[in-house]
Amino acid sequence: MEPYALLTFFLTAAVLVGGAIAFAYYAAPSLPGLVKSEPYECGIPTEGPTWIQFHVGYYLYAIIYLIFDVETVFIYPWAVVMREIGLTAFIEILIFFTILGLGLLYAWKKNALTWE
Amino acid sequence: MYDFTPFIESITSYLNENLSPFWAGLISMVLLGVGILLFYAVLGLYLVYAERKICARMQNRMGPNRVGPGGIFQTIADLIKLLLKELIYIRNADSLLFNIAPFIVIVASIMAIGAIPFAKGLQAVDLNIGVLYILAISSMGVIGILIAGWASNSKYSVIGAMRSGAQVISYELSVGLALLGIITFAGSMQFSEIIASQEDGWWIFKGHIPAMIAFVIFLIAGTAETNRGPFDLAEAESELTAGFHTEYSGIKFAFFFLAEYMNMFIIAAVATTLWLGGWLPFHLFRWGAFNTVMDFIPPVFWFFGKAAFVIYLMMWFKWTFPRLRIDQLLALEWKYLLPINLMNLILIAFLTLMKWHF
Repeated sequence: MEPYALLTFFLTAAVLVGGAIAFAYYAAPSLPGLVKSEPYECGIPTEGPTWIQFHVGYYLYAIIYLIFDVETVFIYPWAVVMREIGLTAFIEILIFFTILGLGLLYAWKKNALTWE
Repeated sequence: MYDFTPFIESITSYLNENLSPFWAGLISMVLLGVGILLFYAVLGLYLVYAERKICARMQNRMGPNRVGPGGIFQTIADLIKLLLKELIYIRNADSLLFNIAPFIVIVASIMAIGAIPFAKGLQAVDLNIGVLYILAISSMGVIGILIAGWASNSKYSVIGAMRSGAQVISYELSVGLALLGIITFAGSMQFSEIIASQEDGWWIFKGHIPAMIAFVIFLIAGTAETNRGPFDLAEAESELTAGFHTEYSGIKFAFFFLAEYMNMFIIAAVATTLWLGGWLPFHLFRWGAFNTVMDFIPPVFWFFGKAAFVIYLMMWFKWTFPRLRIDQLLALEWKYLLPINLMNLILIAFLTLMKWHF
């Protein structure tokens, strides 16, 4: 059962969502209308396209996140073997964190962490 | 005492003796699936009820109290109502992505449950990278949120989704680094081994101050990851109506709602397992009589008791703190939590090196 357990979780999710939506599709009333299918904007007709360029700040954070997350992945194997290796691992992580900290400091001083 | 392993094994061996391997596997999958569905539905509905009741008490109201004794059937009535509501399709919306978004959100929250140990032997899969698995799967949820906001073709939804994306990816770093502290202490990413390492004391007590700091950071970042509490910018009611799920109606809306509560449970379950000893009972030093009495309470009750405590804390945050602004939110993560977290991890590594934890 073990190898199929995670597959079962995935299939259960599919059955739950698919079954409930199929049930609602047949049981729920369907009265489509022109006004009803408008995007909701508190009653005012929507202006212009929605899929436009977005505030650059979000992308900036995404890039910094990408750098830090990839570096976090390197810490996982270290964390598991830290106990066994001891002092060498500790010194290595100090060097690693110094570089990581300098990276954060650089982003901070360049105002990448300030929302404008 | 109270070990579930023989119980599960007896079911598997009974099926294997009486049926061919294919049917035995299929029936055990169906049994597991039914179990997951029941657990998911009961827990989701109960959490929604608990949230409404706690919120009402904090605002000096009664909360739901008409359907059933004390209103406990209120959420079931709501679910039936939502099932029978019309599924509205939005003009010019990307209908494929629009329909697939609730599925992704639900898949992320259901699959993460697979690795959580509820009691000894009551765990679907005991992966040797359990912690990493839960982090990876639960961060898939943000893709669903981004898709939902983008596909709706509504401006509120897009703003909500973008905010949610920036917030969840930022706070994921803090969640990961806080978990890394306990992985360093325990020397393993497998949940069963992390629990076994806490038999002589929970990490929140054994790990001195750094473990407590990591716990607090994990709670803050976990609340932000589930888009809840003071960090609910993605669905800020007063400015974005309902954020990324503004355009969803009926049962599709219910899935987003359900997934939020299940994510909260997953965060609470991970906090319980890593810091509060999982299903282990509370032991007070070497006080034999007290420890024996505590051992009589089944581990399932311990697990859910601790998880309920963490969930209560998260609900408490939500109803007592004002919402943050987006720049404050990102500054909190990048300028406070992340540097504190890095320092804290070095402290934890030092404690592990000197073997100063108890």
